[in-house]
Amino acid sequence: MRVALARNVIALGSASLVALTLAGCQQSKPQENTEGPGLQITALSQIDPNGVNIPTPPGATPANPAGNGNASCRPVSLAFAGALTGANNALGINIRNGSQLAIDQHNAANPGCQVQLKPFDTGGEPQTATAVAPQIVDDQFTIGLIGMVFSGETKATGAVFNQAGMAEVSPSATSASLTDNGWKTFFRGVANDSVQAQSVGNYFKNTLKAQKVCVVDDSTDYGLPLATSIRQALGPIANADCALSVKQGDKEFSAAVNQIKGAKPDAIFYAGYYAGASPFVQQLRDGGVTATFVGSDGVKDPEFIKQAGQASKDAILTCPCGPNTGTFADEYTKKYGKAPGTYSAEGYDIATLLLKGIDSGANTRPALLAFVRNYSGDGVARHYQWTPKGELTSNLIWTYKVR
Amino acid sequence: MNRLLAPGDVLRERWSGLGRGQKWIVGAIGFAVLALLPLYTPAILDTPGISFGGTMAQFAMVAIIAIGLNVVVGQAGLLDLGYVGFYAVGAYTVALLTSPDSPWNQMGPNGFLHEGWAWLACVPLAMAITAMAGLILGIPTLRLRGDYLAIVTLGFGEIIRLLADNLSDVTNGPRGLNRVAYPRLGQDAALPDGVFSSGNSAGKANYGTWWFWLGLALMVAILLLVGNLERSRVGRAWVAIREDEDAAEVMGVNTFRFKLWAFVIGAAIGGLSGALYAGQVQYVGPSTFNIINSMLFLCAVVLGGQGNKLGVVFGAFVIVYLPNRLLGVHLFGINLGDLKYLFFGLALVALMIFRPQGLFPVRQQLLAYSAAARRLLRRAVS
Amino acid sequence: MIHQCVGLVTCQAADVSFNLTGLWNSFGQLTIDGLAWGAIYALVAVGYTLVFGVLRLINFAHSEIFMFGMFGSYFCLQYILGFAPDGNAYNVGIGPTVGYLAVAMVFGMLVSGVAAVGVEAVAYRPLHKRNARPLTFLITAIGMSFVLQEFVHFVLPALLPDYGGPNAQQPIVLVQPKIQFTVFGADVTNVTIATVIAALALAAITDAVINRTKLGRGIRAVAQDPASATLMGVSRELVIMSTFAIGGVLAGAAALLYILKVPQGIIYSGGFLLGIKAFSAAVLGGIGNLRGALLGGLLLGIMENYGQAVFGTQWRDVVAFVLLVLVLLFRPTGILGESLGRARV
Repeated sequence: MRVALARNVIALGSASLVALTLAGCQQSKPQENTEGPGLQITALSQIDPNGVNIPTPPGATPANPAGNGNASCRPVSLAFAGALTGANNALGINIRNGSQLAIDQHNAANPGCQVQLKPFDTGGEPQTATAVAPQIVDDQFTIGLIGMVFSGETKATGAVFNQAGMAEVSPSATSASLTDNGWKTFFRGVANDSVQAQSVGNYFKNTLKAQKVCVVDDSTDYGLPLATSIRQALGPIANADCALSVKQGDKEFSAAVNQIKGAKPDAIFYAGYYAGASPFVQQLRDGGVTATFVGSDGVKDPEFIKQAGQASKDAILTCPCGPNTGTFADEYTKKYGKAPGTYSAEGYDIATLLLKGIDSGANTRPALLAFVRNYSGDGVARHYQWTPKGELTSNLIWTYKVR
Repeated sequence: MNRLLAPGDVLRERWSGLGRGQKWIVGAIGFAVLALLPLYTPAILDTPGISFGGTMAQFAMVAIIAIGLNVVVGQAGLLDLGYVGFYAVGAYTVALLTSPDSPWNQMGPNGFLHEGWAWLACVPLAMAITAMAGLILGIPTLRLRGDYLAIVTLGFGEIIRLLADNLSDVTNGPRGLNRVAYPRLGQDAALPDGVFSSGNSAGKANYGTWWFWLGLALMVAILLLVGNLERSRVGRAWVAIREDEDAAEVMGVNTFRFKLWAFVIGAAIGGLSGALYAGQVQYVGPSTFNIINSMLFLCAVVLGGQGNKLGVVFGAFVIVYLPNRLLGVHLFGINLGDLKYLFFGLALVALMIFRPQGLFPVRQQLLAYSAAARRLLRRAVS
Repeated sequence: MIHQCVGLVTCQAADVSFNLTGLWNSFGQLTIDGLAWGAIYALVAVGYTLVFGVLRLINFAHSEIFMFGMFGSYFCLQYILGFAPDGNAYNVGIGPTVGYLAVAMVFGMLVSGVAAVGVEAVAYRPLHKRNARPLTFLITAIGMSFVLQEFVHFVLPALLPDYGGPNAQQPIVLVQPKIQFTVFGADVTNVTIATVIAALALAAITDAVINRTKLGRGIRAVAQDPASATLMGVSRELVIMSTFAIGGVLAGAAALLYILKVPQGIIYSGGFLLGIKAFSAAVLGGIGNLRGALLGGLLLGIMENYGQAVFGTQWRDVVAFVLLVLVLLFRPTGILGESLGRARV
C-alpha cells in the first residue's frame, strides 16, 4: 500500500517535472543573443624580450592550404594523435578541428591531390600513446604527424617517430626537455615554457611596472614549468608568499584568494588553462582583488570569457601566438559553429605547412621531414621556422586584452 | 541470461575434470596461442586505431595487477580500492633510480646501475620496496573490516598519487620522469637500442609485442607462485578468512598475520607490474595513477571471477581490450571510441545483475588432490 | 628535512611549507569560507551516509546525482525561468532573486531525487532481489557512475544543444557575491549567508524527518535490523526508495548552492571530486549517522581551508585524505560514532 503511495509520489514528481519543462519550453525563449557578456579578446601588442611593446609589423599573409589548386600527389595521409576523449579532450578536439579545416580547404581546391587526416585518440594517456604510435608509423600512407597534444604522451613516443623518420610537429607540447632528447623528427609548433618567461617577466617589470606579482600555476606539466620559469625571471618581484599551486580541476579557490588578498600584489599571473582560470578570476574579483590579472596562452580561449563573464574584463593574456589573421576565424566558426579555441590556429597552421610540403612534391616521409626542417613561412598564429633541435627560431610574444 | 554466460561454466566443468598433466598441456597450448596472437591477428580481433601488440602489452600488465589484486580481494577477501598506489610505487621506484630527471638517478657515472642490466636489477628492488609499502600500509589498517578497509585504502591510494604530484623536487611533479631504463636485448644495426625500445615500432613484432611476451612470461611465473600459495596452508587460511574471519580466528588461524601476507604479496605483484609499466612507457607521471584506474582494476577482478586467478586474467583482457577495440570505430556516423566508457559502464551494470559471480567463478578446491580423490571415490562406489 | 625556519611557525623545505602565521592571520576568513563550503559537503554527505546506514552500500554514483542536480537547476534557470546564460550577473532585486533560486533549487532537487530513485531501481534493486554481496554493489555503483558521466559528456550534447560536452556550461549568475558585513576579520558575503541558511534549514528538516516522522522511524528500523523491521510492518522497498530520494533531494539542493558559489562548475566531471570529499566527510563524522555526516562535512570544509593555509594550496586534497585515514585508524566508527540504527541520535 505504502509502496504504491510512494510510487505515485514518484510518478507525480516526474510528471510535474516533465510538465514544468514543457511549460518552460513554451515560454518566451531566452535571448538568442548568447555571444556572452559583450567582451572579446583583442590584440594589444607584440612585446620584445625586454617586455616592451613594439609596433606591430604589417600583417603577414598566412599560408593558404588551398595553394595554387594544381597540386597532384599520390594518396597520402597525415595523422593527428592526441586526447579526443577523456579529461582535457577539449584541447585535442580544438587541434583536430583546426587541422581538419586546413585539409578540407586543401582537398576542395586541389582535386588532383586528396590528403586524408587520420585522427588517433590517445585519451591523453602515455601508455595508450605508446600503442598508438606504432599504428601511425606502420601505415604506409601516413607521412607526417600533427601531435602529440600533451607533453607526457610526447615524451613517451618521440623515439618511435624518430626511428621511423616521420616528421612530428606538435602544436601544444610545451615541456622544454622534449627537444633535449636528440630526436631529429620532433618540431615544436609553439614556444616552450622557458622561452616565454623572459619576455613575460620583463613585461611585468618594464611595461606593467609591477612591484609585486603573484604567480599561480595549475600543477600541470604545462602550467608548473611555465610558472617556475617566470618566477625565476621575475626574481624578488614574484612574491614568495603567494606563489601558489592550485590543482587542475579545482574550482574553489577561497584559501588561495585569501592569501593573494593578504599579499596585496600589483598583478597576478595565472599559468594554466581556461577551465581553471575562469573560476579563479571570478573569485578573485568577487573577493575584492583589483590587481591586474594576466593569463598564459592556455587561458586564451573564448571559453574564458564565456565562463568568467564580467570578471574577465581587462584581463591581459600573453601568448606566443599572433592574432588570428586572415579569414581563419570566420571559416572555423562557419564549419564548427564556435570560435577557434586554444591551439586551433596551431593545428591549422601545422596542417597547412605539411600540406604545402605535399603539394611541393614531398610525398614520402624523408622528403616531408626535409621540407619541414627547411620550412620558413607565415601561419595564422606566427612565423614557422625551426632550429636544428626543433624549437621555433622566432618566439615573439603577443599580449591581448579582454575588453 | 545465465545460459548465455554458461560457456564459462561449461569451460570450468571441463577444466576441473582434467588431470594435472592435462591442465599443464592445455595451459601451455593456450599461452602459446596467446603469445602468437599479436603476430597472426585475426581480423575480428584486430584493433584499427591502436597497435594490437601495444594493447596486449597493456593487457599483460593489467593481468599481473589483476592477479595481485585477486590475492588481496578474491582470496583473502580484503576490499582494496587503492591498489593503484602499489602500481605507482613500483613504477616510481624504477623511474627514480634510472631517470635522468630524478635526483636519485643511479645510472650516471656515480651510480651503481649499468645501462645494460639497469631495468632488470630494478625489478626485484621495485617489488621489495612495494612489498614494504604494503607492509607499512597494512599494519595499521588491517584491523579494519570490510568497507572501512576499502575507504582507508582509497585514501592511501590518492595520498600516494598526490605526494608524487606535489613533491616536485623528488618526483618532478606533474612533469613526470622521462627516459626510464628498459631491458636492452636484441641490439643490432637496425635497432641500436634493442627490441624493447620504442624505436622498434615497425611491423607486428614491435616493442609492444616484445613487452607483451615479457609480461606473459612473468605472468606465468606469478601464476605458478600464486597457485602454489593457493594450495598451501596460506591459501587455505585466506579462504577461511574470506569466508568468515571470526570463525577462522576461533579455529586458530592467525588472521592478522595472514591478511598482512596477502597485502604484502599483492603489493609486490603490483610493484612488478609497475616496473613493467615504467620500462615500457619510459615515462612515469602521476596522472596515470588515479582512482578511476583503481576502480578499473577492481572491475577486472570482479568481472573475471574473484578468487579465480585465470578468470581475472580474462577479466583484465576484457577491460583493456574492449575500449581499445572501439577506438576509431564508426557506426552510423558516431565515433564509438567516444562512448567506450558508456558501454563499459552499461556492461558492468548488466554483468553484475545477471552474473555477479563473474565470468569464471572460483570453485574452491580445498583438497590438494581432489580430482584424484573424486575419481577414487567414484570407482569405489560404482 | 625542515630548514629555513623563521621561528618555528613559518618553515619551508623542498615543496612542503609550514606556515602557522598565515593561518593565524586569516583564521576568521578561512573558518567562514570553510563553513560555507562544508555546508555543501554536509548536504551531499547525508546521501552517502543514509544509503550506507540502510543498505551498507557505498553509493559511488551519488556524485553523479549531484552533477545531475546541477544540470537540472541550470536547465530550470535557462528554460523555465528564462535567464540567458551570458556570464553577466542579473540584478532583479532580493525578493525575486530568492524566489527564482528557490524554484531552481526545487527543480534541481526533483531532478536529483528522480535520478537517485531511478539509479536504485535500475541498478541496485535487481541486486537486492538476488542477495548480492557488497563488492557486487560497489562494482555496479562504479558502472553507473561511468554511465551517468559519459551520458552527460557525449550523449546530452546530441539531445540538448549547448548542454554537456567537454567544456563547462556558460554560467547564469543570479547573485553577485557582495560583502555584507565583517566579523572577526572575516568578510561574509551574501552567497555565504544564503548557503549557510539554506543548508541549516535543510539539515534541520532532514533531521526532523529522520528522527520524528514515521518514515524516519522506518528508515532507522531497517538500518538497525531489516528482518525485524519487516516483521513489524515496515515496507523495506518504501524505505529504500525514500532513503535514495532523500539523499538525492539533498544533493540537488547542494548542487544549487554549489552553482551559486562556483557558476563555472557545471560540467560532466563536476561531481566526482566533490563526491569523494563528501564521502570522506560522511566517514569522518561517522558513517550511517545523519548528524555525523553534517558535522563531518563542516569539519572537512574547515580543515581543508586550514590545511591550505598551513601547508600550501596544493596540499588541500592530501589534507582531506590524511584526515580521513587518521580518523579511520584511531576512531574507525567516526567522530560521532553510532550508526543510524542505534536510536540514540
